[in-house]
Amino acid sequence: MLQKEGAVRIPSGCAITGFISRDGRRITGADAIKSIAVMHDRSNGLGGGFAGYGIYPEYKELYAFHLFFNNNSAREETERFLNEHFDIVNLSRIPTRQVKSITNEPLIWRYFVNPLPTRLAASQLDETEFVTKCVININTTINGAYVFSSGKNMGVFKAVGFPEDVGKFYRLDDYAGYSWTAHGRYPTNTPGWWGGAHPFALLDYTIVHNGEISSYDANRRYIEMFGYKCTLLTDTEVITYIFDFLHRRRNLSLTEIADVIASPFWTTIDAKPTAERERLYYLRNTFASLLITGPFSIILGYSGGLMALNDRLKLRSMVTAEKDDMFFIASEECAIREICPDATGIRAPRGGEAVIAELNEEGRRKCL
Amino acid sequence: MKRVYVNENRCLGCHLCEYWCAFANSGEDSIVKAFKLNREAMPRINVEDSGEIHFAVQCRHCNDTPCVKACITGALSVDNDGLVSIDTERCVGCYTCVLTCPYGCIVIDEKNGGKTVTKCELCVKNAGNEPWCVKQCINGAIVFEDRTNAERQAVL
Amino acid sequence: MSVNYIPATFAVLRDTDRCIKCRACERQCSNEVHYYDADFDKMFVHEEQCVDCQRCVTICPTNALKITENPNSFRKASNYSQQLILENYRQAATGAVLLSSMGNPQDFPVYWDKMLINASQVTNPSIDPLREPMETKVFLGKKHTHITRNPDGTIDMSEQSPQLELKYPIMFSAMSYGSISYNAHESLARAATELGTFYNTGEGGLHQDFYQYKTNTIVQVASGRFGVSKDYLDAGAAIEIKMGQGAKPGIGGHLPGKKVSDDVSKTRMIPKGTDAISPAPHHDIYSIEDLRQLIFSLKEATDYKKPVIVKIAAVHNVAAIASGIARSGADILVIDGFRGGTGAAPTRIRDNVGIPIELALASVDQRLRDEQIRNEISIVAAGSIRSSSDAVKAFALGADALYIATPALLAIGCHLCRSCHGAKCNWGIATQRPDLVKRLNPDIAYKRLVNLVRAWDHEIKEMMGGMGINSLEALKGNRLMLRGIGLSDKELQILGIMHAGE
Repeated sequence: MLQKEGAVRIPSGCAITGFISRDGRRITGADAIKSIAVMHDRSNGLGGGFAGYGIYPEYKELYAFHLFFNNNSAREETERFLNEHFDIVNLSRIPTRQVKSITNEPLIWRYFVNPLPTRLAASQLDETEFVTKCVININTTINGAYVFSSGKNMGVFKAVGFPEDVGKFYRLDDYAGYSWTAHGRYPTNTPGWWGGAHPFALLDYTIVHNGEISSYDANRRYIEMFGYKCTLLTDTEVITYIFDFLHRRRNLSLTEIADVIASPFWTTIDAKPTAERERLYYLRNTFASLLITGPFSIILGYSGGLMALNDRLKLRSMVTAEKDDMFFIASEECAIREICPDATGIRAPRGGEAVIAELNEEGRRKCL
Repeated sequence: MKRVYVNENRCLGCHLCEYWCAFANSGEDSIVKAFKLNREAMPRINVEDSGEIHFAVQCRHCNDTPCVKACITGALSVDNDGLVSIDTERCVGCYTCVLTCPYGCIVIDEKNGGKTVTKCELCVKNAGNEPWCVKQCINGAIVFEDRTNAERQAVL
Repeated sequence: MSVNYIPATFAVLRDTDRCIKCRACERQCSNEVHYYDADFDKMFVHEEQCVDCQRCVTICPTNALKITENPNSFRKASNYSQQLILENYRQAATGAVLLSSMGNPQDFPVYWDKMLINASQVTNPSIDPLREPMETKVFLGKKHTHITRNPDGTIDMSEQSPQLELKYPIMFSAMSYGSISYNAHESLARAATELGTFYNTGEGGLHQDFYQYKTNTIVQVASGRFGVSKDYLDAGAAIEIKMGQGAKPGIGGHLPGKKVSDDVSKTRMIPKGTDAISPAPHHDIYSIEDLRQLIFSLKEATDYKKPVIVKIAAVHNVAAIASGIARSGADILVIDGFRGGTGAAPTRIRDNVGIPIELALASVDQRLRDEQIRNEISIVAAGSIRSSSDAVKAFALGADALYIATPALLAIGCHLCRSCHGAKCNWGIATQRPDLVKRLNPDIAYKRLVNLVRAWDHEIKEMMGGMGINSLEALKGNRLMLRGIGLSDKELQILGIMHAGE
């Protein structure tokens, strides 16, 4: 019998793409669909998804939870939980459009919420940690409910299908944001569950990833020590948790995180000047079990920026390009050319080199 | 020139070098044949034992070569590299060299009734190509090395 | 004199067609098995003295010798093996505890042989260690994951716990000077230095001549406190408190008096010729809080500059004990499995006490993770890591590094005759008799040790590359890389792995 994602680990190949307007101009999801669609052959119709940032400006102070429910009783149980922990400011079904190839859809709901001040205070946690715990709680304890997006002023949209069909299904042309990432999945067997599609998200961190990391279980067993629970057994899930742990909880900068998860080889580190060498030794040794090996190319989305990173041997393709205030990242150059034919500065970042593009001052003023 | 040296601290007194030396100079193709076919295989190396101290002794190919000086027929000679060798065709078995060698390294060849002497020639004339005592030493006690005169003197 | 019930264990077979009577076997046998009879002009044997160490077989210039089991056999019975019958005879004759050496030879399951390693196919590439960098360097010590920053925003690295840097993830396990020879110790020390890893003094102190290798030395403090002094502690790169040994959990060390030579007595600070018996417990450690005090006493004595290691035998409650140790200030935990070697142990204890390292390692690693303290301590697995594939499996189960001892002794000539306690080791390893010690030439032996570790390292890298892993950090605890074969659900659950085919 085929097992659901999470009961078994499913390797996947993929296509990824992403872009950001550094000036904070709001671009519709149509561009993201167009860009990922051109890499149709890199996915096989068993998973596609998008993350858009800056798409809920009217609710930007609230956590936007996107949930899949198998049935109404799971929804009711979840809403009871949410009511106990949050002030629900708005709730609705996420609007979708009939697409022939997208079938078996679960109930898809959206909640704009704020932690209840009393519950938050009683938990003795900071707000982000409180929200994280609640999300993990729903995903691990409520049967048939799954939070797949939980950040502020951003949202993840994903399904089983080709990504261009998924985009159409979620009516992404109706949303506009300053940055988007997209993912087309090529799993080696049939997951059949929407939660397993990518991006994977926690708070405002989203990851789209192409690769199959060989360090998976070393990373998973380590990160689970810090309260995370890897329920999907996917690379993307564990990489997201690693970013959340190192960035939000340990306050490492994104480039420091790259030095941990795609650390330079010891011989390279040994050749650096003393201070840099000591810093790299410290980071690599302290978080030794978070070194990620095997092929990966990822785009991390977060409030105000995108980061691209390849594994240290660069075993997966990934290119970047620019045009005016736009910055593009994709598995293949064609995905960039498709939406910006005259993009310049096309280059393939080196393995382990963190490439970061963020909102500039004007963009931050507009969007954050 | 490379010569054979013995490290007393490593020599175990197993006497195997003697047997391999005799075999190497026997002309036979197996050590069993060398000893089993009723031919007196003669070693040119001898292990001296005294209690816990063991020391394999063979020609030092020393610098002043008293054996060569004493040889009455010119059978013993020293070449440009310092290798002392014997031409058994010329040896008349007078044993003057045996008396002069300070290390007792000239061996009377019992195989032909003591009519000639023989000695270590660093396996250059036999099929061994390299000194067999060195090759077969089970503890790395016998080495074949190029040492300076000062280093050699220190050992002697 | 009564009947001797005990027949020879081995038969010495000599091919007289080959034997040239060089008598090397006779000269080299410390058990005086071989002898020459001039009247017969023949070699003969006292085969009842043979321990099957293979020294004579190895040096015989004509390959004339073979040692085999004595084909003579008592009446077969599954319940009473010949071994058991003989042991009872022996005890009836002596009234004494049976002594044995080296690892448990009994037929217990070897879990290493019931685990299989993964490799990449199609969805991710394997990595060729001959063409791409492949890293096996390891650091042992506590890893504090709380980051503090200096005023200029740089990371404050001053609060790091002391770390041991291993260029190869394999160290030489504790073997005391006394149980093994001066030359064996010298070989281990020089090999560890050349490799950039560590050897361990064991509980017998450190000979003055070997203080020069201090940067690659782990000094051990055991219940007998033999040879422990301030200088000794200072001479170690790390200090290991030996609470137990896999081969003999629950009891202390036993060095027979015939191994306590002049130099051993000086190094151990005990009288010559007396049995050196370390107490079963440390008499200042009757509980976990006492261990904490010793750990901090040692840290205090060495300025908090050296990691402190605690070594325990793998016993039934090992996971809980390990968790206690991780909370007691120790930097590194050594778990020693019940198949680990020894220079001398009571046979019944060696063969029946303790648990396999594979199960102990798996349950300790998981327990420390469950308790969220795996960072607090590095785990070194010991007690029968026999090959590079055992090593890979141990890393995947969660070991940070490994100790090897039996393979190290094999590298320098040991033939596993398991007679160390007799003190007449023909290979110059487990003896103090000068004529025997001399047989181990450290100039040769240390190179063989270096070769062995490098060879294993090459193989570890090949297997890692096959899995698409290019750094040991990513293999550590990566249990998805293992599958069980022929194991029960319970065994799989303890090992934390799936069955082959799943």
